[in-house]
This record gives sequence, C-alpha cells and structure tokens, in this order.
Amino acid sequence: MRAAARILGQIAVYAAIAAVLGYFSQAPAYVHAPPGKAMIKLSFSHGAKAKGGCRRLTAKELADLAPNMRRPFSCPRQRLPVVVELDLDGRPLYRAVLPPTGLAGDGPSRVYRRFVVDPGDHDIVVRLRDTDRKQGFDYRTEARVKLVARQNLVIDFSPTAGRFVIR
Amino acid sequence: MALDSVKAFLRTGFGRLEAVLDRAFGSRLNPLVHLGSLGFFLYWIVAVSGIYLYIVFDTSVVDAYRSVQYLTVEQWYLGGILRSLHRYASDGMVLFMAVHILREFALDRLRGARWFTWLTGAPILWLLYASGITGYWLVWDKLAQYVAIVTSEILDWLPIFGDPIARNFLTPKSLDDRFFSLLVFMHIAVPLILLLVLWIHLQRLSRPETNPPKRLAAGMLAMLLALSYVMPATSQGPADLATVPAVVGLDWFYLPLYPLLDLWSAGGVWLIFLAGSAFLMVLPWLPPLKAARPATIDLDNCNGCTRCVEDCPFNAVSMGPRGDGLPFARQAVVDPDLCTRCGICVGACPTATPFRRASALVPGIDLPDRSLARLRAAVEAAGARLTGPARVLVLACDHGAASAALDACRASAAAVALPCIAALPPSFIDYVLSRGVADGVVLSACREGDCHARFGDRWMTARIDRERDPYLRARVPRERIRWVRALPVQGAALAHAVDAFAAEIAAEPAAGATLDRRAG
Repeated sequence: MRAAARILGQIAVYAAIAAVLGYFSQAPAYVHAPPGKAMIKLSFSHGAKAKGGCRRLTAKELADLAPNMRRPFSCPRQRLPVVVELDLDGRPLYRAVLPPTGLAGDGPSRVYRRFVVDPGDHDIVVRLRDTDRKQGFDYRTEARVKLVARQNLVIDFSPTAGRFVIR
Repeated sequence: MALDSVKAFLRTGFGRLEAVLDRAFGSRLNPLVHLGSLGFFLYWIVAVSGIYLYIVFDTSVVDAYRSVQYLTVEQWYLGGILRSLHRYASDGMVLFMAVHILREFALDRLRGARWFTWLTGAPILWLLYASGITGYWLVWDKLAQYVAIVTSEILDWLPIFGDPIARNFLTPKSLDDRFFSLLVFMHIAVPLILLLVLWIHLQRLSRPETNPPKRLAAGMLAMLLALSYVMPATSQGPADLATVPAVVGLDWFYLPLYPLLDLWSAGGVWLIFLAGSAFLMVLPWLPPLKAARPATIDLDNCNGCTRCVEDCPFNAVSMGPRGDGLPFARQAVVDPDLCTRCGICVGACPTATPFRRASALVPGIDLPDRSLARLRAAVEAAGARLTGPARVLVLACDHGAASAALDACRASAAAVALPCIAALPPSFIDYVLSRGVADGVVLSACREGDCHARFGDRWMTARIDRERDPYLRARVPRERIRWVRALPVQGAALAHAVDAFAAEIAAEPAAGATLDRRAG
C-alpha cells in the first residue's frame, strides 16, 4: 500500500513536470504585432560621399613620406551622414540623420526600422541625402501602395539603381 | 543582508518541497538532489535525438520546413517522437538548470572555493540558450521567422556588423540556402562547446555525478516519451517573409526575453542580459567571504597514507614529495584555493584520535579554526553537562537539522557542531561511548545523498559500517549510534529522534556491560 502510494506520488510529480514542459514550450501565445495591422520596414545600408574632397600633396609633404607611401593625393576616409525622411499619407513617419559606421567613420550608414500601420491605401514618400548639399535631397521616391493585414512591406535603397525599392 | 534573506526564504521553500518529494521518491532518488546529473541526462537525450533529426533534415530554405513536417506528420512514430523528445528534453534542461542554480544559491554552495564551479555555470547558461535558439531557427516556420527577425534585431544593436543581419530576412529573396548550412553548423558546434564547458564546470569536483540514478533516469525518459506522444511538438505554419508573424506560440523556456524587444530597445534587452549575467557571476563574492583558514598539514603526524586525498570531495588535497626527510615517499599537500574547510580530510586521518593523551592532539591534517583538539574539548564539556539515565550526545553537521535548541531544553542531550559529519573521526564515537562521556551518540547529518560537502554522509556511513578507512572499531555497540539525516528546517524531527533514542537507551541499561564484553 505504501509502495503503491509512493509510485502514485512519483507519477504525480512526473505529470507535473510534463505539464510545465508541455505548456510553456508553446504557450501562452505572444502577439508580436497586432494581427489586423500591416508593417512597413525601412531598411538599407548605404555609404554617403566622403567628407571633403581629395587634396594634392605638396612636394615637401611627399618628401616627408616613406618612398612606398608617396601617393599624390590625400583623401579623407570619413563619410558624411545619410539623411533620410519617410512620409506616410503626407505625415512624417521617420526622420533621421544616420552617421557612418566603423571606427574611422568610413563605413556605410545603416537603418532598420519597422512601423505598424493600418491596412489600406497609403501614399509613401521617401527621401535620402548622401552628399554635403545643404538643401533638398539626392534621391526621392513616391509610391501609392495597398496594404493588407499582416503584410510586410519593405522599403530598401539600391545605390546601383540610384533609387528606393519598395516591395 | 537582503541576499541572506532571499537565501533563507528559498532554503525554507526548497526544504518543504524536498520533504514532499522525499515522500514519493525517498531522499536517494529525490529529483532535487540530482538536478545537475538530470541536466546531463537530458543533454544526451537531446544529442541522440538530434543525430537522427540531422540525418533527415534538409538544409535549404524551401525544404527545411518540409523535411521537419515529414518527420512530424508522416513519420510521427519515430521522427515525430524524436523531434518532440528533442524539444522537451531541451526545455527540461533549462528548467532543471534554473532550479539547480536557485538551489545551489539557496544552500550557499557557491562561495569560497566553490566559486569556480558557480562561475563556469554562467557560460553554460549562455551556450544552452544559443543552442536552443538556433534550433528553433532551423524549423523555418512562423516561430522560426519571428526568432530569426528578433534575434538579428537584437544582434544588430551591437556595433560590430557592417550590414544589419536583419536585412537577411526582409523579403523571401533575401535568404539563401547557405544561411541554413551555417545555422546547422552553429546548432551542432554550440552544443559541443557547451559539452566542453560542462566538463570544465566539473573540474574542481572529485567524482562528479554526471549520471542520475537509473530509476530516476528511466522515470524521466518515460515521462518525456509520454509527453511526446500525448503532446507532440509541431510547427506553426511555414515561414513567409512577405507577411508578419503576428501571433506566435512562444517557447517561454528559451525565449522569455524576446517580447521585451517590442517594449524596450535592443539595448534594454542587452542591458538585462549583461547585468543579469554580471550579477550572477559576482554572487560568490557578495559580500566578500571571511573564510576560515584552510586545512593544514602537520608533517610530524602525516605518514602519507592518502586517505585524506581519497576522501576530499573537491580535489583540494593531493600527494607531493615529502619535505621533512622522514622515510615516507610522499606527504599530503593542501591547495588552499580549493579547500572548502569541510574537514572531511580530518575525519579520514588515522592520527586523528581523541584517545591520544601522551602528546598534544594534533592530527596529520587539521582545520586551524575548528581543530580536533577543540572538538575533543567541546565533546568533553558537552558530556560533562549531561545528566540523567540516558545521556545523548548529538554530533551535528552545520548543514543538517538545526541542533542549537537541543541543549536549552534537555538536560540529557547536548549538541556539538561540526563543519560536516565526516569531519568526525570514527574514533570519537568510540571515545564518547567507551569513556562514558555519553550513553548514546546521534549523528545529525544532511539528507542522504545531498551532503553539503558532497560526500560527507556517504563516507561516514561507510566508516561506521566498516567499509571505508578509517573504520569504526568493531567493539563499539552500533545500537548506541543513531543517524538523523534531515533538512535544516527539520529541527523538530531531530529533537523527536533524540528523545526516542534516549527512551530506548533508558530501557536497555546494560549497554555498558555489552561494551565492556566486546572490549574484552
């Protein structure tokens, strides 16, 4: 009788462990994004122009360098920041000045942002500046998109094509 | 101070839970006593089931999900069960590891020389999580998609990647098959590194228990098989990067921090992870321990018998070349960084006998702050206080049932504290009974198989049963020795056992004659 009670007790303990493992391995469900909404992701990795132009070295500067280091031009490594703006239905959704990456500031500027939006028709305008101009932007793309619930719309920038890619 | 309160609270909680589990399993098979080895056992289940899954798994974007579905649905009787075992055993590792950490913390098994074992547990935690998370990624279902995106977003916060990793998961075309090959490699390599760190984790332990008792292992395996059959692990629909994995069934064992990314920034998640890890790693020194002095060797009394080396549970004693020129090849050497001051080595020393009167009671190995001479003085002082027809001396481990209250309420019982029950040389029991210091000896120790110093109750039991050197002399009447193996919270059980023992002795007053006869 005592042995049977012990076995029942062991079964109860194993069942409790199994219940904990079985339940918490997949529940409770987590709502990562509202199921009735859509998502826009703005992401690109793009290097702006170099900060300042190349400069020809003087004869004295060249002479001061080791023979194998004598290149006629000195070009700065550091890049300018990238300025990006995203408007949705005429309202600003995102504004950022993205600094270059890398210890020397010579890497690409990068962004990865997600925005939860209502499904339906939307006007999207996205602008980017990667030069040292004070006004305006170097790239601008407008699009009208129709989003459905749970859709993942990506806005990327293609430097080779010279435009934003919306997909 | 706050940490002490948390420890005391947890200790009480674990004590009560262990008492309940003892009733079902007995103290030898109590799962709480074997959490570490159960973790190892689950690791092997994960490894074996993983080998089969790897054979069938297809490392391509399109076919990864399909191959797992084949296992789960069409081959449910083998592949499906093994997949479920793989998942539930992995979850079990997290569960048992968490309880293991909490229990070792509650029982203060992390301070002093034990810091190394505790500290090397932190990378085990990280590697276990890395193993599990990469595993969830491989299934390439909705949950995998969520895990991939959130993991890469968290990693991208670190300023070490040129291109955001998350860009690999922007659109279905962003991902290629090579990425899955990389993931498979990581999911195999990380657990192998985990195994290496587990080995390092045990380096400072003598005779580490890496296999749980067979009955417990069989029960655990049966439980996991039953769970795999009743509630098989399933996928959550194929991943589709063109849509948002809005609602996912999360594995809360491996992914509890992931929802935080939606509440805070990735920096906040990293802050929690790093601060939590740092806190965990400095716990052995919070606050700094004013440790007693480690065991020391007295060469005049050390004949190099190696018993202390054999019995030390932490590899703190080894044999080295003899330094005093006496005609013994080797002598015991104590590594103070490994010594936990448990005194088991003193209990093992053949020169540690209280019968010595011609010279000072200095054994070959001794604890300077809890010396054998002081123990003999304490035993004699306690014996002198005892009155009545059945005088009981309780020799109590610091980590067994609380014995401090015994002296106050009983004239016939007194307690002498020990750092571990095996710190008591068996000859002390002979001394107490043959010299009439008391009529009975209670050995109050930790619960069976759960000694604070790992092997104390095991070695002491073997010494008394004359199975391990130094033996208790045959002349000592075993009926005058009583074991009480209890939790610190079970002081009442100790008092009850002492009273019952005293009543037995009072009912059988001829024990002294028995002792005389055996001695003769």
